[in-house]
Amino acid sequence: MSGPNKQYDPVEVAALDPAEVEQAVADARQAIAAAGTLDELKAARLAHQGEKSPLALANREIGALPPSAKAEAGKRVGQARGQVSQALAARQAELEADRDRRILVEETVDLTVRVPRRPLGARHPISLVSERVEDIFVSMGWEIAEGPEVESEWLTFDALNIPADHPARQEQDTFFVEPAGSGLVLRTHTSPVQVRTMLDREPPIYVLCPGKVFRTDDLDATHTPVFHQFEGLVVDEGITMAHLKGTLDAFVQRLFGEGIVTRLRPNYFPFTEPSAEIDCRCWICGGSGSLDGEKCRTCGGTGWIELGGSGMVNQRVLRAAGVDTDRYTGFAFGLGIERSLMLRHNVGDMHDIVEGDVRFSQQFGMEI
Amino acid sequence: MHAPVSWLRELADVPADATGEDIAAALVRVGLEEEGLHGGDISGPLVVGRVLSVEPEPQKNGKTINWCTVDVGEHGQRLTEGKPQEIVCGAHNFGVGDLVVCVLPGGVLPGGFQISARKTYGHVSNGMICSQAELGLGDDHSGIIVLTELLGADAAADLKPGDDAIALLDLADEVVEVNVTPDRGYCFSLRGIAREYALSTGAAFHDPAEAPDLVVPQANDHGYAVHLTDDAPLGGRAGCDRYVARVVRGVDVTAASPAWMRKRLTQVGMRPISLAVDVTNYVMMLLGQPLHAFDLDTLSGSVGTRRARAGEKLTTLDDVERLLDPEDLLIVDGADTPLAIAGVMGGATSEVTGTTTNVLIEAAHFDPITVARSSRRHRLTTEASKRFERGVDHAVTAAAAQLAVDLLVGHGGGTADEGVTDVDLRVAAEPFEFDTTLPTRYIGLDYPRAEVLTTLRAIGCEVVEPAGDGAGDTHVAVLPPSWRPDLTDGPELVEEVARVRGYDQIPSVLPQPKAAGRGLTHGQRIRRVVATTLAHQGLVEVLSYPFVAPSLFDRLALPADDERRAAVRLVNPLSDEAPLMRTSVLDTLLDTLRRNVARGSRDVAVYEIGLVTRASSARTSAPVPGIEARPDDATLAAILGAVPAQPRHAAYAAAGELERGGPWGPGRQAEAADAVAWALAVGRSVGLELVVSATDRAPWHPGRCAQLALADGTVVGHAGELHPKVTSALELPPRTVAGELDVDVLVAATGVPLDARALSTYPLAHTDVALVVDEQVAAGDVESALRAGAGESLESVVLFDVYRGEQVGEGRKSLAYRLTFRAADRTLTTDEVSALRDRAVAEAATRTGASQR
Ligand SMILES: [Zn+2]
Repeated sequence: MSGPNKQYDPVEVAALDPAEVEQAVADARQAIAAAGTLDELKAARLAHQGEKSPLALANREIGALPPSAKAEAGKRVGQARGQVSQALAARQAELEADRDRRILVEETVDLTVRVPRRPLGARHPISLVSERVEDIFVSMGWEIAEGPEVESEWLTFDALNIPADHPARQEQDTFFVEPAGSGLVLRTHTSPVQVRTMLDREPPIYVLCPGKVFRTDDLDATHTPVFHQFEGLVVDEGITMAHLKGTLDAFVQRLFGEGIVTRLRPNYFPFTEPSAEIDCRCWICGGSGSLDGEKCRTCGGTGWIELGGSGMVNQRVLRAAGVDTDRYTGFAFGLGIERSLMLRHNVGDMHDIVEGDVRFSQQFGMEI
Repeated sequence: MHAPVSWLRELADVPADATGEDIAAALVRVGLEEEGLHGGDISGPLVVGRVLSVEPEPQKNGKTINWCTVDVGEHGQRLTEGKPQEIVCGAHNFGVGDLVVCVLPGGVLPGGFQISARKTYGHVSNGMICSQAELGLGDDHSGIIVLTELLGADAAADLKPGDDAIALLDLADEVVEVNVTPDRGYCFSLRGIAREYALSTGAAFHDPAEAPDLVVPQANDHGYAVHLTDDAPLGGRAGCDRYVARVVRGVDVTAASPAWMRKRLTQVGMRPISLAVDVTNYVMMLLGQPLHAFDLDTLSGSVGTRRARAGEKLTTLDDVERLLDPEDLLIVDGADTPLAIAGVMGGATSEVTGTTTNVLIEAAHFDPITVARSSRRHRLTTEASKRFERGVDHAVTAAAAQLAVDLLVGHGGGTADEGVTDVDLRVAAEPFEFDTTLPTRYIGLDYPRAEVLTTLRAIGCEVVEPAGDGAGDTHVAVLPPSWRPDLTDGPELVEEVARVRGYDQIPSVLPQPKAAGRGLTHGQRIRRVVATTLAHQGLVEVLSYPFVAPSLFDRLALPADDERRAAVRLVNPLSDEAPLMRTSVLDTLLDTLRRNVARGSRDVAVYEIGLVTRASSARTSAPVPGIEARPDDATLAAILGAVPAQPRHAAYAAAGELERGGPWGPGRQAEAADAVAWALAVGRSVGLELVVSATDRAPWHPGRCAQLALADGTVVGHAGELHPKVTSALELPPRTVAGELDVDVLVAATGVPLDARALSTYPLAHTDVALVVDEQVAAGDVESALRAGAGESLESVVLFDVYRGEQVGEGRKSLAYRLTFRAADRTLTTDEVSALRDRAVAEAATRTGASQR
């Protein structure tokens, strides 16, 4: 490297000549502007900003100038290099933007193709209705109780005041477990869970007993031998049939919609006394029984839909479970989950619910 | 139970303008369920016609039709009015000159059947000659109505062609059909239905058992001999506690029953048969008391009851020879010959036949349980057994017998014996105490004492109030009426009080539990998570019936001693093909998968969560104690202990593509590793890292089956690809994958709050190792060894390559792992990482014989 040379006249250094510097800048600008791609710009950068570029060489000469000339030459070259840098940066930005635009256009994908590559699964709507019903009662401070499906006859019938010779026991089309006389059946309702709960703990009891039950019916559009129920049981001090009605009203409004009310009709069930059939006002026709001048099909024109059975827990049932009947009263009710699903979602055929066709579950997804 | 409105009007003061619908509504209000409303749906022209000519015309189909001309008076089609009408008729039970019933074009028959002139068998038929069935008068399709036969010659004498047949046959009469619940046996009679109608509306009730023209004589000692014995009463109750026997001699049993009686029987759903049978049925329908008519001359001097003897046989009226049971109560004659199963069905030998002239009428009161058991035992539900099972009014016995005698004599001639037998062994019913505040306590609505007492008396109870001023005493003594054996305790009377005021008066009050609920249990929450996790893996939840065939276990290739063969068997399965309860959820889920594939879904992934049943080896039967009080602890334990274990399982199965192919590239078939991954996902979703090990278990492929276990070794389940023989035996797609997990194990293993691990933010250090092992060595075992050897700083182990080839030698494979380390408190140095890796490799060498490549 050459050190300061006092003999040197800056005017004699051609590279530092103002005209030369100006020319170098002009050359650089032209090359930069001419660069049509980022690669060409890279070449222009090397040629006009690199170590061997005229301005870099000029810059190197400044050190050899006498001090008096250094400042001016330094300023001149510095400005020139600044201008080149700016031009490069501006062109770089332009070319990058061009490239990005082009690539993004090229990368366009048709996202309207609706085939799911990894299909989502689904819950069965019976499970979803069941869980929804459970949540409604849990929100009212109740608990959920469960029990076995192969159950003792005593818990399924006797403890519920359905003795062996009672006509009601014949009407329950029961699956019996071998050997005959085993004392075991497939439960025909979830009521044995109620009895288990009462045997298990002291009142107050507020429990919902959902689950699978069995009757020897044939499968058709509205019946299935294996179906799901939820039964409610409350045993507490001062419980009345008005509490039963209040609970049912609150429940149907939360499951079927605001403004739906229930109606109780006298009926007979061995495990309750007094007993009541539960109807709820038809939400399709609003209780009028007709729709667009035709008989409402959902309620058969009656304005009411049968939901299930209910009543005050029979004293005999309470006693069999060891509940103090002088102190406590209770109510119970039972409704079908399949029926609730069919009514709430307009399912026309039981086959769709029980046959396990994935298309049935898939239309509901994960929430109901 | 069917109640014809015209009949009901004789027993209760039904307002003249009340319709069938009004009556049904009144009955529903007090607790009878409306089943239907029949009749009244017929409109004319429906007229009397006289057959003028009958021309039989054989048809190609082998049938012969009759082309008739019928005089229908002034009726008829335009242009033919007043002229004989041409009508085609398929029946043959009539001839020229007979009076028949014709429906003419424009008429409507029950069921909305519109009649018009139509061309048939080459003629234009201007209407139809009607059968009883077509008019809703019964199920007799055998021929058309010939009015002289239906109504009797006298009644038909004044009829002329063109007369309105709707009025003549009372076809406008409606019939209300109600469902009778088991506690209201008395409603299996017009008398009971009328009583309920009166109770509901306040209308006057006229008891047909106390009709002014029904004169019931006192019993005397010269009636037909009756001997009641019962050496094995059920539950201490005599099989028969009242038996009335009456004799009518010289009856013409071939005489026709009166038309009104036959019509009423038809309306209530019974077929008119013969005078003796029709009379007993009519009285039963009116009063609810089943009767039996014997041919007196077949009996040997007396009748009575006794329990059957083992091995004894009786041929019942339905021509079935029945082997009797010592619990069956029999009616026997003086020679001890069985005549009938009491309250269920009579025998063939003593049946009233066409040659019978002397008839014995039996009206008795039998024990409900005895009748119920006999009826069930012999699979014989009759009109009589239905009523006795539910309880018959034991006070109506003599009146019912008298009414039958009157009707027999009235329509069949003959005379009734003066002797009247009434063996009455009834135990007087005791009143029970009733707290008149109970309705208010139970219903939550105020029922004043006066209202309670009025209602109880209205339903027929005798109510005795305490002597003295009774101030402060809310109890009364109540004796329910003889027709209400169901009323035995306070709550039953509460229902009566509540239903008479009306259930619609009950207010709606939401009860508030005093203590807040505990929400879902841990197990219920875990189950929901498992279900949701599987759905999020792309599996679809389905349900299947839990019934399986014994041969399924062979098709699943379960070993002979496999615990899953210990299935609970049903006595009366839905199908004899599938009498067992499933022992795994896969037992039935796989068939659901098959059905989906059969329906055209090529790519299916399903799961089900449900109970499985394993028969316990102990096989004790569950005791059935009484229900007067809570069973003692030992009995309760025996009941609960006899119920087999029913763990909750989650099972899944998939076939076809899990990831779909398309314009973006090829799809990916479900493979064994997916089945394992789903199990691991289920574990992770509840905070458990399941341990995978290779195993061989049916129904899986022996080389593609993984066992999933908890860290302590407890088995959770299995997953993998099904055995090719199983997929072919079950008609599943090849390469179907499946898994089954015990959810109860997952529940038991969770529930303790997890201690969170502190996160280190020091840099990661990666190092790769390639380990050569024997082909049989499971990658999972190598990984476990690496983890054990590397210690706590190891953050992850990932297998990223498996190589087989010359360089590693025959029967060996090279597993390439990336180990990632991170210390909790510092940046690890290169030397530290190398040392940790060497320890990991050394452990793998010790445990699996691995050598570093
Ligand atoms: Zn409606």
